[in-house]
Amino acid sequence: MHFAFTGQQIEFRDTVRRVLARECTTDDLRAAFAAPTARTARWATLAELGVVGLSVPEAHGGLGLGLLDLVLLLEEAGRVALPEPLMATSALAAPLLGDLEGAGPAGATRVRSWLEEIAAGSITAAVGPPPGCPAPIAGAVGADLLVLTTPGPEDGPEVHVLEAGAAEVTPITSLDPTRRLGAVTWEPTADTRLASGSRAASTILATSDRAAVATAAELLGVTDRMVVMAADYAKERKQFGRPIGAFQAVKHLLAGAKVKLEFARPLVYGAAWALDQGAPDASRSASAAKACASDAAVEAARVSLQVHGAIGYTWESDLHLFLKRAWALSEAWGSAAEHRRRVLGSLLAPA
Amino acid sequence: MVAENLVVCQISPDTLEPMDPTMDTPMDLRYTDAQEAFREEARTWLSAHAPAPHALPSLDTAEGFEAHRAWERTMFADRWSVVSWPEEYGGRGVGILEWLIFEEEYWRAQAPLRVSQNGIFLLAPTLSEFGTDQQKARFLPPMASGEEIWCQGWSEPDAGSDLAGIRSRARRAHSDDGWVLTGQKTWASRGAFAEWCFGLFRTDPEAERHRGLTYFLVEMDSPGVTVRPIPQIDGETGFAELFFEEVFVPDSQVLGGVGRGWNVAMATAGSERGLSLRSPARYSEAATRLVALYAERLALDPERAVLTADAVAQAWIDAEAYRLNTLWTATRVLDGGSVGSEASANKIHWSETDLAIHRAALALLGPAAELHDGGADAPWLDGYLFALAGPIYAGTNEIQRNVVAERMLGLPRG
Ligand SMILES: Cc1cc2nc3c(=O)[nH]c(=O)nc-3n(C[C@H](O)[C@H](O)[C@H](O)COP(=O)(O)OP(=O)(O)OC[C@H]3O[C@@H](n4cnc5c(N)ncnc54)[C@H](O)[C@@H]3O)c2cc1C
Repeated sequence: MHFAFTGQQIEFRDTVRRVLARECTTDDLRAAFAAPTARTARWATLAELGVVGLSVPEAHGGLGLGLLDLVLLLEEAGRVALPEPLMATSALAAPLLGDLEGAGPAGATRVRSWLEEIAAGSITAAVGPPPGCPAPIAGAVGADLLVLTTPGPEDGPEVHVLEAGAAEVTPITSLDPTRRLGAVTWEPTADTRLASGSRAASTILATSDRAAVATAAELLGVTDRMVVMAADYAKERKQFGRPIGAFQAVKHLLAGAKVKLEFARPLVYGAAWALDQGAPDASRSASAAKACASDAAVEAARVSLQVHGAIGYTWESDLHLFLKRAWALSEAWGSAAEHRRRVLGSLLAPA
Repeated sequence: MVAENLVVCQISPDTLEPMDPTMDTPMDLRYTDAQEAFREEARTWLSAHAPAPHALPSLDTAEGFEAHRAWERTMFADRWSVVSWPEEYGGRGVGILEWLIFEEEYWRAQAPLRVSQNGIFLLAPTLSEFGTDQQKARFLPPMASGEEIWCQGWSEPDAGSDLAGIRSRARRAHSDDGWVLTGQKTWASRGAFAEWCFGLFRTDPEAERHRGLTYFLVEMDSPGVTVRPIPQIDGETGFAELFFEEVFVPDSQVLGGVGRGWNVAMATAGSERGLSLRSPARYSEAATRLVALYAERLALDPERAVLTADAVAQAWIDAEAYRLNTLWTATRVLDGGSVGSEASANKIHWSETDLAIHRAALALLGPAAELHDGGADAPWLDGYLFALAGPIYAGTNEIQRNVVAERMLGLPRG
């Protein structure tokens, strides 16, 4: 039993934090709001650092690491509301392609080159929802690779991978334009199919679980950012001759948000470990993590806006850049209530 | 040192920072084979010796108090009462993780509430940090055996949350070998029956509020001590008012030095809110019972049950978050770190988790929730009443939120 990150994992996180503080300022975010793009100079920097290819096998130019190595970095992505699709590309598409390398008629060579291109930072991916859970696909607009699922014919679901151009992507306007949501119209063919049957089913489950934990990790970061922004504001803004942070009503709002955040944290880290290990209760851990991270984020968003007062309700204030990400991610890959239902279902299932 | 798990130290700025940047132990949430063997040994012993769940009379009655004391003695005889203490004081010298494992087995067996909890979980870690060797040798073994049961004499009628405002005082005895205590304490849990009390008294009326306090160990049958039992919300005498009239206490019963009482008390409070008073097993076990209750009610009264599904799941998740957070903190302590103001966040979380679990259970029971006929469901109501005290004792949750805001978020003092 040793529930802590290694010195190396923390150091990597610190490096990424430093780089993103410099390369993903709120001015950069505003620029991304105005003209959202998938691949940017920042993406290239992240690829150079090894972040983008973190879970690509070493043989294909990546670091060959697991979700546990990625969660702290996703948290940093959340902290700056990173506009690029790190979660979909690095936490979902790369491990999925790595798992299915050599499977299906799509062919090992194509999968291998996709993996190499991901590690090199030359492509980004968007990953669609599991079959039967229709949702706009985040990052679909401008993605180079689309990972999609279908319920499939009789023998179960299928996983397909399409290169941009092979599908029609219709942009969908949303609150946070950097999410680049799209509706995808496409034809599954034998050529696009990467997995079917039980192989596809287990890949889809694993991807949903990873998505829940990876999204939860981003939520930790964006939640922390909102709490810190509000606390900083509460130290500066004066009313009645004192900083508003001296008023207990303000303190208690922020303390409540902080406690929720700090107790979501170990669930997220524990779930990342459980998924990497293939622990028997890993899916339940993933759902518990997402439920708490979503709730913590929605609460922190409410509280930080309240603490800012009217300035927080403006376009000019930077706060909304983070609120919007928090709201979007809290519902993405399963809401808190959906994940709670999943937790209870798993607790009630006979062992 | 009694055990590393019971030590509470300074505030740490970033709980994520590794204690040592060169540390390369990978994360692993499994116990070792040796730890699992320890679990098995504890489980076997408990299943052979622990009374059936709820078999003992309530520990807030004279009869129940003695029954619980006898159980402490039984545990002590086989060295299970304080596993993490050194062997010389009656423990097994095991680490914090083994202590958590023991607690898991203890709660799983639904073994009796610990009548010695004020001593073993609160005073002992403080004694280990601040006590002299003589004090440890004198007080720890009878604490471990249940022979001497302790209560906490801090709160006063006019000093609850504002603990530094206490007025009970101590003046130097004419004999110059001790102190003479005068004043009134209240809400002392188990005070009606306890043998000893650890209390805070003002030794320097001139000093600034926090400075002039001293931490005393007082024998309850000393001349001048009067105890008035107070029935709690459930009608049982769970706490007591303590009156001190010219009570002599020798110098050997000052803990941590004259005038240093506030520091010493904050160490005790850290244990109360942090790692040691409320082990996660308490809530994990209750959450497991809650899920079982849900399954049972789902069969009997599905319409009502599904209305509580969300709350049941969240209560279980809250308990799981507490378990993981404790393992996180334990790892940090084992790596040489400390627990600081996170103890306040911890206290808010465990007390709210307890409430969430019990509220969900009562909602499942519906009209049966108010029944208190000693039937199988009655423990949920008792548990709810006790859970309601959680946000009050050990420093109210409002005060803990102040601490979180000021120390963890750096907001200005009010
Ligand atoms: C079951 C139980 C067991 C206990 N056992 C013991 C024991 O063994 N020994 C012992 O010494 N004491 C014990 N206590 C007492 C406990 O420590 C006090 O109740 C607690 O410190 C609060 O003090 P109070 O009751 O005087 O409430 P008060 O301090 O009067 O507070 C009343 C309300 O006002 C709020 N309030 C007060 N000050 C502030 C502030 N600055 N900001 C915001 N809100 C504030 C409080 O949060 C609370 O909601 C026990 C209490 C209970 C319920």
